[in-house]
Amino acid sequence: MQPTAPDAASASVDKAAVPVPAPPAVRGPRSRTTTAYLRYGAGKAGGAAVSLLAVLVTGFFLFRLIPGDPVKTMTGGRQVSAQQLAAYRKEFGLDLPLWQQFTDYCGKALTGDLGTSYQFHTPVIDKITEALPNTLLLTGTAFVLYTALGMFLGTRSAWRRGGLGDRLNTGLALTLYSVPSFWLGLLIIIVFGVGLGPVPGLFPTGGMESGGKEGFAYVLDVAHHLVLPVITLVAVEYGQTLLVTRSALLDEMGSDYLTTARAKGLRDDLVRRRHAVPNALLPTVTLVFVNLGRTVAGVILVETVFSWPGLGGLFYQALSVPDLPLVQGLFLFFASAVIVMNTLADLLYPLLDPRVGR
Amino acid sequence: MSTQDQYGTRRSHPRIPRPRTLRLVATAGAVALTFSAGLATPLNPAPQRAEAAGGKKVLTVAVAQSVDSLSPFLAVRLVSTSILRLTYEYLTDYDPGDAHPVPGLATKWAPSADKLTWTYTIRSDAKWSDGQKVTAQDAAWTFNKMMTDQAAATANGSFVGNFRKVTAPSPTKLVVELKKPQATMTALDVPIVPEHVWKNVSDLSKFNNDKSFPIVGDGPFVLTDYKADSYVRLKANKDFWRGAPKFDELVFKYYKDQDAAVAALRKGEVSFVAGQPALTPAQATSLKGQKDIKVNDAPGRRFYALATNPGARAKNGRKFGDGDPSLLDQRVRNALFMAVDRKTLIDKVFQGHAVEGQGYIPPRFSTYFWKPSASQTLSYDPTKAGQLLDQAGYKKKADGKRVGKDGKPLHYRVLCHATDPNDKAVGQYLKEWWAGLGIGMTLDCLDNVTDPWLAGKYDLAFDGWSVNPDPDFVLSIHTCAALPATPKDTGATDNFICDKTYDELYAKQLAEYDSAKRADIVQQMESRLYDLGYMNVMAYPNAVEAYRTDQIQSIETMPRAAGNIYGQDGYWSWWSAVPADSDSSSGGSSTGVIVGVVAGVVVLAGAGFLFARRRGATADDRE
Repeated sequence: MQPTAPDAASASVDKAAVPVPAPPAVRGPRSRTTTAYLRYGAGKAGGAAVSLLAVLVTGFFLFRLIPGDPVKTMTGGRQVSAQQLAAYRKEFGLDLPLWQQFTDYCGKALTGDLGTSYQFHTPVIDKITEALPNTLLLTGTAFVLYTALGMFLGTRSAWRRGGLGDRLNTGLALTLYSVPSFWLGLLIIIVFGVGLGPVPGLFPTGGMESGGKEGFAYVLDVAHHLVLPVITLVAVEYGQTLLVTRSALLDEMGSDYLTTARAKGLRDDLVRRRHAVPNALLPTVTLVFVNLGRTVAGVILVETVFSWPGLGGLFYQALSVPDLPLVQGLFLFFASAVIVMNTLADLLYPLLDPRVGR
Repeated sequence: MSTQDQYGTRRSHPRIPRPRTLRLVATAGAVALTFSAGLATPLNPAPQRAEAAGGKKVLTVAVAQSVDSLSPFLAVRLVSTSILRLTYEYLTDYDPGDAHPVPGLATKWAPSADKLTWTYTIRSDAKWSDGQKVTAQDAAWTFNKMMTDQAAATANGSFVGNFRKVTAPSPTKLVVELKKPQATMTALDVPIVPEHVWKNVSDLSKFNNDKSFPIVGDGPFVLTDYKADSYVRLKANKDFWRGAPKFDELVFKYYKDQDAAVAALRKGEVSFVAGQPALTPAQATSLKGQKDIKVNDAPGRRFYALATNPGARAKNGRKFGDGDPSLLDQRVRNALFMAVDRKTLIDKVFQGHAVEGQGYIPPRFSTYFWKPSASQTLSYDPTKAGQLLDQAGYKKKADGKRVGKDGKPLHYRVLCHATDPNDKAVGQYLKEWWAGLGIGMTLDCLDNVTDPWLAGKYDLAFDGWSVNPDPDFVLSIHTCAALPATPKDTGATDNFICDKTYDELYAKQLAEYDSAKRADIVQQMESRLYDLGYMNVMAYPNAVEAYRTDQIQSIETMPRAAGNIYGQDGYWSWWSAVPADSDSSSGGSSTGVIVGVVAGVVVLAGAGFLFARRRGATADDRE
């Protein structure tokens, strides 16, 4: 990570060593930096646009490789006349040639129309907007907590590497990171939902709400339902942030500037927080943005175990039919979120480290 | 780059998350969780109990399947149709005792002498939940809509396929004219909707009936609220013509994971849990003997079978698929089935939660149940099975394998549902038993078996259907008429069986209005199916479900003597359920308060310690 301005002490040394620079021209270094950044940003935005286009095309053809005729699958097990089957095909545009289906799909997708779900008889965009807030609430809360916890513990572990705390932290993080989330979720339900031995059941065993509540009571009810799935997600996810943060910080540990900082008489805690950690943040920022992109995709296993009505469960339902418009719509949505977040991370890097993008 | 430069980073990028911020966020999260933990006990001691706040009696049922639609014209899934069965009356209901037709909206019904006209008398004491009277015109409008609007025929179109004309000459008289005789006219499972509400719907293909509540209906419950994959809430209809339900509210609550649903039952969050379609043997065993929980291990309405590809073909005579030709020989099919030890499957795979299979229709439908005579039975007999194969020309070679007419070893592909553990377990037994006969087997477990099935690309397949009180549908799927028109089309066929004798019997039973005579013909059809050997019914899996006796005092099963609760042919279970008088206390609440408070104090103390340390560090820095 690079600074853009020296602190007071270094400035005074620099002044003694080199002549005072001439005043900047009209198009000075700042303008060149801005132009370079804009060029860099435009490149990244262009790449994102191409990626989105690729996702749009891939989404259409990829899910048509799934074996099976969706109309036959949907109506399997029911008495359906040939007329009804034909009507279904016409309704969903499956009677059209593939190229025409593709152009229709692309045209509509660009206007935000992702089609109508085969199984729910509802516009795909409505199903997504219905489940998205639920997913964001769950994964967003968990994201904030596991990122904070992972960074905090990762920093502590690296700073006291090899110590008991580090070994415990790293061991626990690796263990929880390796545990299947649905299994851990079930254990948590049994212990904290139902109650085990002296531990009583404190939280609901599933769902997002009890229903029939309004106002503040509703908020409390949702918060109450949120606890166990969030704990599960945090438990299985924080380890990754911890390990990346720890590793990045360890890379910085031998740097001369840290020795200098200590030599200045700064407290160890201050050296860690104000000097080492900011310089070790880049890999963690990358991970944070990747995770942020993933938060909209939901978490199928945790959503299933805790019966959370989010996008992850919806995607699973869509795939099992297969409900092509819903599958395609969700795929496009998830991929777009990841692309947008990665692009934002790319745009942020030069601000954190000016070497990036030059 | 100088080290001094590095020091400047902090000040030039104030937006970088600092440890202090992170610590604050983590602490805030911990406090939020603690606060929420505190909520668990004092404010919300036991959510979803039978007796909710305000003294209302609430019956909560755990469900897993998503509602596809709440429109009676579109919904096809079991959960949706079960909810619709509670909110809209049908013309007739099925008696919970033996499933014979009993009055619903219609009090009486009679066919004409030529069997082509049915006249129903519609009751005059039924009201829609908005206060308007239910009339024959509502029924006529419902049926006519299904006959004239393709979208309205989505879910139940097959019921009106043989209708010529439907009229309502008076508010209490409904007349249905048929194209040809149809014995299933007292088994029309069609929800009758209020015309004054539904005539305003412009496009039935897009109307899901799930936005405006309460939904106007005339069943024992009124749908008052719905949130996708969260809950469906119904209120007792106090004006229901048959009498009001005993519970004030019925809530279907979502548990996507069956183990979580069982946990919710243990805790008392739900009153009832069924399965998908049954609780697993392990879940049933764990619940048996638990305080305040009753496991209902009822005879099921499903059969579990092994179907043989009889040579896929279309109505136009074209053959397709790649079923093994050796299976066209009845002796081979019979030999395969004689090598299946049904008793072992019941004991080992179903762990006693099933009954050995015999005829095509499960024994709970006593009117139509059939079992083979002693001489007809293909009982477990591997030696005789080997002899049958020898007779068919598939003799064992020196290596112990039997070869086909093409000289290649006999080897069958068996389609199985990847999501069904029973299929996989039974498949392993079949592999072992058939290997003893000298026949190889590959188990093809797929998430979606429909595609190879419809294409006829299989040799054998695990098959199973839920049977209705009127068996017409499960019988119809083996008629030649159910075959696809061409190989490219989809028929209503189950597995391409087409037999002239069977077809003649099917037509005969459909035109037979005398119930005893019709039952006799149906049994002849089952006998024919058995002899053909294309369908080997191995088991009738039980409907294993459980409920809390401290919330539900009594509940009607169907059949009444020993039957299931969830997914009945009617609303009997939830309509009849009587709330328990107990205070629904599951214990542990006070303990919960203590533990919740202690946990909260510990976390808050930890947070306080962190803050204290942080303050100390700042002071040091200043120095």
